Amino acid sequence: MSAVQHGHDQGKQEIKYSTCYMCACRCGIKVTIEDNRVRFIQGNRNHPINKGVLCAKGSAGIMKQCSPARLRSPLMRKPGTERGAGEFIEISWEQALDMLTERLARIRATDPNKFAFFTGRDQMQALSRLFAEQFGTLNWSAHGGFCSVNMAAAGLYTLGYAFWEFGDPDWDRTKYFMLWGVAEDHNSNPMKIGIEKLKSRGGKFVGINPARTGYQAVADEWVPIRPGTDAVLALSMVHVLLSRELFDWDFLIRYTNAPFLVVQTPGQKGDGLIYRDEAGHPLAWDLKKEGFVNGLDAACHPALFGEHKTPDGRTVKTVMTLLAERYLDDRFAPENAAKICGIPASTIERLALEMAHVAFKETIEVAVEWTDWAGRKHDKFIGRPVSMHAMRGVSAHSNGFQAARAIHFLQILLGTIDCPGGFRAKAPYPRPVPSPGKPAKRSAPNTPLDAHPLGFPTAPEDLVIDEDGQPLRIDKAYSWEAPIANHGLMHMVITNAVKADPYPVDTLLFFMANMAWNSTMNTANIQDMLRERGPDGEYKIPFLVVVDAFHSETVHFADLVLPDTTYLERYDAISLLDRPISEPDAVCDSIRHPLLALDRDVRPWQEVLVELGGRLKLPVFTNPDGTPKYKGYKDFITYYEREPGIGFLAGYRGADGSKSLRGEPNPQQWERYIENQGFFQYHLPKDIRYLRFANKGYLEFATEAGFLKSPEPIVIELYSEAIQKFRLAGLGLYDGPMPKERVDQERLATYFDPLPDYYEPLEQQRVDKNEYPFFAVNQRPMMMYHSWDSQNAWLRQIIAQNHLYMNRARGESLGLKDEDWVWVESHNGKIRVQLRLIEGCQEDTVWTWNAIGKQSGTWGLKPGAPEATQGFLMNHLISELLPEKPGERRITNSDPITGQAAWYDLRVKVTRAAPGEEGVWPTFANVPPLPGAEPKPDVLRYNTRAKA
Amino acid sequence: MRLGLVIDLDTCVGCHACATACKEWNTSSITAPLTDYDPYGKEPSGVWFNRIRHYEIGDYPNNKTINFPMSCMHCENAECVTVCPTGASYKRPEDGIVLIDQDKCMGCNYCSWACPYGARELDRVSGTMKKCTLCVDRIYDETLPEEERQPACVLACPAHARLFGDLDDPESVTSRAVRERGGYALMPELNYTPTNHYLPPRTRPSIPTSDLPRGSLARKVKEWVNRVIER
Repeated sequence: MSAVQHGHDQGKQEIKYSTCYMCACRCGIKVTIEDNRVRFIQGNRNHPINKGVLCAKGSAGIMKQCSPARLRSPLMRKPGTERGAGEFIEISWEQALDMLTERLARIRATDPNKFAFFTGRDQMQALSRLFAEQFGTLNWSAHGGFCSVNMAAAGLYTLGYAFWEFGDPDWDRTKYFMLWGVAEDHNSNPMKIGIEKLKSRGGKFVGINPARTGYQAVADEWVPIRPGTDAVLALSMVHVLLSRELFDWDFLIRYTNAPFLVVQTPGQKGDGLIYRDEAGHPLAWDLKKEGFVNGLDAACHPALFGEHKTPDGRTVKTVMTLLAERYLDDRFAPENAAKICGIPASTIERLALEMAHVAFKETIEVAVEWTDWAGRKHDKFIGRPVSMHAMRGVSAHSNGFQAARAIHFLQILLGTIDCPGGFRAKAPYPRPVPSPGKPAKRSAPNTPLDAHPLGFPTAPEDLVIDEDGQPLRIDKAYSWEAPIANHGLMHMVITNAVKADPYPVDTLLFFMANMAWNSTMNTANIQDMLRERGPDGEYKIPFLVVVDAFHSETVHFADLVLPDTTYLERYDAISLLDRPISEPDAVCDSIRHPLLALDRDVRPWQEVLVELGGRLKLPVFTNPDGTPKYKGYKDFITYYEREPGIGFLAGYRGADGSKSLRGEPNPQQWERYIENQGFFQYHLPKDIRYLRFANKGYLEFATEAGFLKSPEPIVIELYSEAIQKFRLAGLGLYDGPMPKERVDQERLATYFDPLPDYYEPLEQQRVDKNEYPFFAVNQRPMMMYHSWDSQNAWLRQIIAQNHLYMNRARGESLGLKDEDWVWVESHNGKIRVQLRLIEGCQEDTVWTWNAIGKQSGTWGLKPGAPEATQGFLMNHLISELLPEKPGERRITNSDPITGQAAWYDLRVKVTRAAPGEEGVWPTFANVPPLPGAEPKPDVLRYNTRAKA
Repeated sequence: MRLGLVIDLDTCVGCHACATACKEWNTSSITAPLTDYDPYGKEPSGVWFNRIRHYEIGDYPNNKTINFPMSCMHCENAECVTVCPTGASYKRPEDGIVLIDQDKCMGCNYCSWACPYGARELDRVSGTMKKCTLCVDRIYDETLPEEERQPACVLACPAHARLFGDLDDPESVTSRAVRERGGYALMPELNYTPTNHYLPPRTRPSIPTSDLPRGSLARKVKEWVNRVIER
């Protein structure tokens, strides 16, 4: 036994459980507190997400809590000073909320769309969305439009679930894991836990990424792909699988629309739509009956391949026939794909065959009796243990929707969807394909919207446009420019609002989104736009409200600053109605609760939203007598029901807390969560854990739990009829709304392909590749989540300056060497940055870490901090608009289908800076400190054993 | 007993979780605090017990990125202890942990010059040398649940790339891993006999593909014969 003294007085210690917010993973944390100071944050061993482990960000939560960048009270731009001059006065919450209420009430009574509410890395989107809906503005979205909507939309329009929050590899069983375009985040701990499990089992991990950092470092095979060419690689592997008949016949026939028949009448209305009977059922060709049958009929024996004539003389082909014709084309032969993606043909072929081997020769079985959607009993689940995950490297290209769909095609052909060892869904997913719910279209004074502001269009009729085809939303989501923009286009809001295109707004509110810096494209110009005034002398965006916990670059431009708390100081519900944290085997949600007493005049934004809802008398937040319905956020979460028995938190429902998923409100629900270490999990019975899209038990369970409207089977859509309808509109062949402008017609006709295909990213089509020879992309360092963590006193010791990374041999061939200052120039501008040459970089690619570069004076850092003098943002080089084309209106630099910001389409040239040209460029004026800002110590000696 | 760490280079993704968890625990621990200099300024730095080196081996495209966490190796023949003029540095006979008595240390730096692993860091404010204690105030703390009586770095590691145990006990998790995975110590030629070991990256056998149907790469749709499968 040791004689060493334990360094604490355990009598003063408290252990509390909550949920991390240092990134979006939402791991369970066990927090030791001494005298209102955090002694230790560790992973909660019982938590379903992280099972006890914790990443560098999570452990550095202490330094976020100590950050001198924390906002301390509401602030108002000093009257008479310029926006962006950084002169603020402290005001009371009463003043702040009176000011905002008066303004918002006036907007709501006249034109609710003049209030644009966009939220960033929000973990309470269900509440902020509800607020916007009740307010009556169409102009709400979260940050998905510049993050990962391509990946989410591709999944939801194909499988009914998607990578990351809606699905996970079956880490306990998978034998082959292919990771596409993931730097080091999203997700964090679960991915690391999973990779270790896979490797210790002898499974293979393939990392497809232009940079060999992060997870790629431990990949058994690194595939250095050219950015933006993932679709070619995936579809070339599809080519290899098809050419050798390596696909899962049973899976395709039973669970996908592969046998459905598609009308082939090129140039005519109805071309490319599913051939249907009068009741609307999709038809297939029955091999036994030798005739057309309802393809959804359980008893049919549909042909996977074939071409037939309908009684009215039209040609129809099965989806699988179209698919095979498309991908067996020589364009997708590995030797041709290799020319585009840069991966040798032999590697493409081998990877496809390796996966086929694991899927079909190393099949696993889970012996459990289960019942399929048609009531047929089965004694086991067949597992094809190949799994995949993809994220921003696939998503942030203007061809990312189709690329992500292409990756799903590989998974579907191999039959690895929601099976043991494959890519599994997480509740409340899967949902029907595409998801139900259309975006709201109508906004009226003092009236809530009749639908969510975001939804899932399946035809041009669902677009949010006026009679003239003009966008109704400020971000132009759901317009011809971005028809299935399921997450909105937050990256376009400032540009569009300043140009009054389609209309001006009055009040723009950003929550937790650094839209004047690292979360925007074209940063310097965006800052100018925020300062831009009209001929009347008014700011073009008249009132900018910023809600954040920290002094970001965007706070600097606010007219009103509402200071939020940290994640250790408030209640939060991490809800199934929002961004779920379920695991494949369990339905999960969780909470945060205040672990520390507040030491400054800040309020949780969710409390403020509930209060504003009451003040503005928004129906959901108001009693019939006009008084506020809820005492605050905690009360709201306890008693609000979306439908009977369904609230924000699924656990411990019912008057006595005995009901799960559905049940009347429980007044003690928060307390029960706190007693249960801050989370709830409902373990799915073993017979409903797989093939959930066609698993009767699961479909019925999910309906009862409110995840589905009815227990109908979910059909996986290889062929997307919804996408084809938009294409028909572009071709002038649709019975319904069609675009009038040629550019829209062309975009729909070209990119709305019902089968995924590769096309060159849009910006790259307009940029001279000889002039700009490099692809330029951003990666995220594992120990940092946006600017929130690059300010962190511990984490910034690990990295405080980002370099531009380039392939060593390529750099040397250009006469460049390590630590050179270089100019990096795109069609949109240029920056000066410092270079590092590495082996782990694809030859035609340069990359950097995002969100380290900062504007001097922000984020609680001192002037001279390397983040501002040496660190940089690639964002300056990226335009939010495509390069101009004569005769065409300016078009967003986004995916033409989903509006996903195409950050990663950038091309640049790199040249050595002249002697004496050193330091980062451009630089920005130093931001003065906020009133009452905390001092920034020269030495930090954090120690809970010593007196604070 | 010879307590130490075994670090798996096959799964270490270089995330710095171990380093940060260590910093977090130890800044309020027996050699507290772990001072940070200029934490919000131009040259942020500070005392850390565990740092991750990143380097590359091989040339593109056959390169590999190695993440290499390094902390005190708790050497059997700890030269840092030998050279200490005040007796502040000592190796505990009962478990082999090398510690520094903060009351005796005068910050002369001899030990850090003697340490080839760069494991010792001078706290410029306290004027004393600090280093990994193997979280000696966790591993024996009976008020902690038994499974948490581990160094903070081991608890945190998301890739389970860090193992803690008794390298003298052939059946400990650490000894078994060293035996089964070819674990090695750094710079054995110096004869300091480090307790900590590293597990090399695994080499995995290639996946056979010759058992798959060959087919013709020019196969056309019409060649497929439909199979009768009930939906």
